Amino acid sequence: MLASFKRVIKSGFLSFKRNFSLNISTIFVVFLAVSLVSFIFFLNLFSRILISDIEKRVDISVYFKEDAPSEKILSIKDEISKLEDVEKIEYVSADETMEKFIEKYKNDETIMESLKEIEKNPFYPSLNINAKTAQGYENIVNYLNKSVPQELIAKIDYFERKPVIDKIFSITSTVNKGGLVFGILFSIIAILAGFNTIKIAIENLKQEIETMRLVGASNWFIRGPFLVQGIIIGFFAILLSLIMIFILFGYFDGKIKSIEPSFSLMSLLFDNFGKLILLQLIVGVGLGIIASSFAIRKYLKV
Amino acid sequence: MINLNNVTKIYSSRFKNNEKIALKGVSFNVNQSEFVSLVGKSGSGKTTLLRLILGEEKPTEGKIYFEGTDLTKIKPAHLYKVRRRIGTVFQDYKLFPTKTTRENIAYVMEVMGASDEEINRDVEQILDIVGLKDRADSFPDELSGGERQRVAVARALIHRPDIILADEPTGNLDPYNTLEIVKLLLKIHEMGKTIILATHNKELVNYLRKRVVTLEDGRIIRDEEKGRFIL
Ligand SMILES: Nc1ncnc2c1ncn2[C@@H]1O[C@H](COP(=O)(O)OP(=O)(O)OP(=O)(O)O)[C@@H](O)[C@H]1O
Ligand SMILES: [Mg+2]
Repeated sequence: MLASFKRVIKSGFLSFKRNFSLNISTIFVVFLAVSLVSFIFFLNLFSRILISDIEKRVDISVYFKEDAPSEKILSIKDEISKLEDVEKIEYVSADETMEKFIEKYKNDETIMESLKEIEKNPFYPSLNINAKTAQGYENIVNYLNKSVPQELIAKIDYFERKPVIDKIFSITSTVNKGGLVFGILFSIIAILAGFNTIKIAIENLKQEIETMRLVGASNWFIRGPFLVQGIIIGFFAILLSLIMIFILFGYFDGKIKSIEPSFSLMSLLFDNFGKLILLQLIVGVGLGIIASSFAIRKYLKV
Repeated sequence: MINLNNVTKIYSSRFKNNEKIALKGVSFNVNQSEFVSLVGKSGSGKTTLLRLILGEEKPTEGKIYFEGTDLTKIKPAHLYKVRRRIGTVFQDYKLFPTKTTRENIAYVMEVMGASDEEINRDVEQILDIVGLKDRADSFPDELSGGERQRVAVARALIHRPDIILADEPTGNLDPYNTLEIVKLLLKIHEMGKTIILATHNKELVNYLRKRVVTLEDGRIIRDEEKGRFIL
């Protein structure tokens, strides 16, 4: 049994070597399939990062009257943060808002002049709230209207932002869905191409497979070497694809860092390396195994 | 050992109107340790008969029994058990083009799980018998027709099968090699093996003085002990 197993593996390596030129083209097609699926994987990842970045910038602000006591505002903050829809909530005092304002416009003399003329702090204390979903904002606003004493609130900065917020959420969900459909479609095309290449390669061996059966080989003894060969092809395809990904990411890492220093393409690659390898193994090796099993099955009937 | 019971084989091609009756109501028994020569004009159905015994083709009608087991009832996945007891010299050789002479012959022992030592020993021995020692590491497309045929013969005998189906095994051989192969088959037959030999070689059949079955247009027209080659 063990001897047969070794023999099957040896035979797989041998036929890989003997059919080298055919295998090179198969490796190339599987490489394309693996790379395309990896590309889709990263595209999906990028769009998710981008979307969550956009979503973080959307918020609603509740401005309180200047005489609203800060303890009261903080207790309202605690209440709101208990709501399921709330992703993040932040209290900004009037002084902090003023400091930020001054920081931003310190070079603009007319603004600074007029600020001095007012003498007192013209800003309101506020709560900045991020919701998890577009519907979440709606729920939070309803809560604010019902359960917070209205005499404390100066203004809820939501209704004028509502169209923008709705639009952003609808765009991001379209992008998400579109990316998924696009990704699945292209992955299917790539996988079918790989599948077909392997199938045609094996169809050329119809005669040999039938002869193997006629001289008494059991089905697994016939299949074994093809599976081994499929796995070898998959490994080479994955290796090539990884080399390409590392070169591309290394190249663009520097470029992106010069624009956005906080974003590292390389660490994104390393963070998702496990998932990437798993995906590539499923596509690369799975393709070899499934396609060759399918193609051989036809000839195991003689 | 092998029984064909009223067997008809019709080859149908993709075009419905193009059917070919290769065998018509053939009944035929081969006992253990028999040596049967199968003769008949080209296209009379000799190869078809051997294919049916090997389970390569299924009969359109009738039954084929191998030691009492209905061949058509065996699942394709289990046919190898029967086939390991048969050694076949195919008319078109069916050598593996990407395997060397040595590997082609060894494959039959490999599928049966023989050890490397056994394989090496037996392959060397049979290479010597069929005179291919110096061609052991050549690929089939580097061999002459006669050399290929001898590889096919060696591959059919290497695993010491109980039954040998030899379809025109000397067709490409010179008289010297033909005699060598015939002597080999006779020696194996004396060891108690069953041999079915399809051939066009009149001298060979007449020299053997064994049972001769003559086919014509898919029917058995003659079946004689110590028969002669008459078409
Ligand atoms: N796969 C096939 N499809 C269709 N017809 C076939 C097929 N194989 C054989 N035949 C036909 O069946 C008939 C018998 O063929 P078979 O090969 O058994 O003859 P044979 O006696 O072996 O001939 P030869 O002496 O030339 O080898 C022939 O007329 C042949 O054309
Ligand atoms: Mg024939």
